[in-house]
Amino acid sequence: MIQYAIRRLLLAIPTLMVMLTAIFVLVRLVPGDPAAVILGDQASDASLELLRAKLGLDQPIGVQYVAFMHDVFTGHLGRSLSSGRPVIQEVLGVLPWTIELTLAAIVIGVLLGLPLGVVAAVRRNRWPDYASRLVSLLGLSFPAFVSGILLLIVFAVELGWLPVLGSGDAGSLGDRLRGLALPAINLGLIMMAYVARITRSSMLGVLGEDYIRTARAKGVRPFRLIMRHALRNALIPIITVVGLYFGTLVGNSVLTEIIFNRPGLGKLILGALNARDYTLLQGLMIMFAICVILVNIATDLAYGLVDPRVKYR
Amino acid sequence: MTTLAPTAATRRARAWDTFSRNRLSWIGLALIALIVLAAIAAPLIAPHDPLEQDIVARLDPPSAEHWLGTDTYGRDVLSRMIYAARISLFVGFVATLIAMTIGATIGILCGYVGGWFDQFMMGLLDVMLAFPTLLLGLMIAAMLGASLHNLIIAIAITEIAPFARIARAPTITLKQLDFVEAARALGFGPVRIMGVHILPNMISDVVVMGSLWMASAIRTEAALSFIGLGVPPPAATWGSMIREGFDNILDTWWLSVFPSLAILATVLALNLLGDALRDAADPKLRAE
Repeated sequence: MIQYAIRRLLLAIPTLMVMLTAIFVLVRLVPGDPAAVILGDQASDASLELLRAKLGLDQPIGVQYVAFMHDVFTGHLGRSLSSGRPVIQEVLGVLPWTIELTLAAIVIGVLLGLPLGVVAAVRRNRWPDYASRLVSLLGLSFPAFVSGILLLIVFAVELGWLPVLGSGDAGSLGDRLRGLALPAINLGLIMMAYVARITRSSMLGVLGEDYIRTARAKGVRPFRLIMRHALRNALIPIITVVGLYFGTLVGNSVLTEIIFNRPGLGKLILGALNARDYTLLQGLMIMFAICVILVNIATDLAYGLVDPRVKYR
Repeated sequence: MTTLAPTAATRRARAWDTFSRNRLSWIGLALIALIVLAAIAAPLIAPHDPLEQDIVARLDPPSAEHWLGTDTYGRDVLSRMIYAARISLFVGFVATLIAMTIGATIGILCGYVGGWFDQFMMGLLDVMLAFPTLLLGLMIAAMLGASLHNLIIAIAITEIAPFARIARAPTITLKQLDFVEAARALGFGPVRIMGVHILPNMISDVVVMGSLWMASAIRTEAALSFIGLGVPPPAATWGSMIREGFDNILDTWWLSVFPSLAILATVLALNLLGDALRDAADPKLRAE
């Protein structure tokens, strides 16, 4: 397994190189002179010249490319144009907030989604199935910021149960949890929809297998049959989807953070956009690319943990 | 089980049968037809000019005169929503069409050529598939600048990978069949084989997914517009209307809530339709 993990990591390097090249090209697609875009119309020629030199934009494109790759592989993602702090430091500063939110969402999504999907599959084409399918289709259709707005209006404004805006900075654990509640529910319900949907179809596939019929024939109790015989075998596609969903989850958490005015990657990205902080955006893209590749590999490795039949080649 | 493979006509008839028996598919179809018709007939059915400002009637809540209220400039929210449907649907449709064309081309090439080219491309597409769609679109739109066609390009790029995956699988099956072998024996080139012999046999697999991905495209468009990377004002999309209303959501809820419901209805309708189409096209699901 360790050998397999190493091989996957090595194979990921060419993929990462291509992604980095794409990011390099994308950033240089900025229409016009990036220095002029960053500094605005009023900038003097001298300051433009200075910024170009600082960003390395006065070098030939080949030199820029080599310098870019060198920087990334030695862990230098540059400094934010607006704050002057290293990009990594900016990201690490807000990352705990986003991780807290996404983890809470995954827990809510799996705890609600798995049973919902299992019940739908077991009671196929009866009302629990229709209800579960409708709920999950609704969840798939909600843009994260739309559901966020509706939750905000209903729970925070109309009912007044939970605070309207984000988590207070310090505060007690209770305050922090209450601030986390609405954003986490918002993300968790969408996650639930994905998990329920894939659980249902995966369970339906497994329930049709011969060994399930055999188990039923030899008198295994229904609950045990579903939990031990069916669900365990249905887990692989579910894990794949949770892994693939990581990208959507991050995107949705960005929107959720903006809606609930919560610190995190979302507000960092929005701030970078508004301040035209291209080095920060570029750094963020690179970090996301690395993250996504690692999550992909971790997902593949997780197969072996739930299914001993999986052989790593 | 019959040993004969069903003919194309039987397959189509069975697909239609599955589709028409599914009540949800009709709801989706009706809803989407209604929204498209409203968008096309916007000048006829919109009660007011979407750009007409009325300072006296600023921020009016829903009333008999303005069914869904008015915005900061006294513009009629309902009329703006109807006109916004044009842009939102257009962006979603064109972006999906572009992604479908490029993605299917890549998918057929990968499936047909195989080997290291296929492995490399699929590795790359896997990463693209897992990369946050919204962030990818957001970065591209931010770099290119906010405009209608940049928005379309950004969304299209985010959806190339899924279409490539969908197109690749049937290509691998098809290229091993006798009629492709025969075409090769007759000396037809790979471009002709891919275009004339393989494409028509797998195009339905790709098109069926179009509805689901158009739903996703409309969601991404709304999110990008909400963040401020959409079509520049005064033109409105549902996402940008929500953005305009969001600052004062507690006082003037109607500015954000109604466009939110429009997005939800459109995406839900496309998803219902897409689900039904996919079920109808997939013989495995039908057999059960």
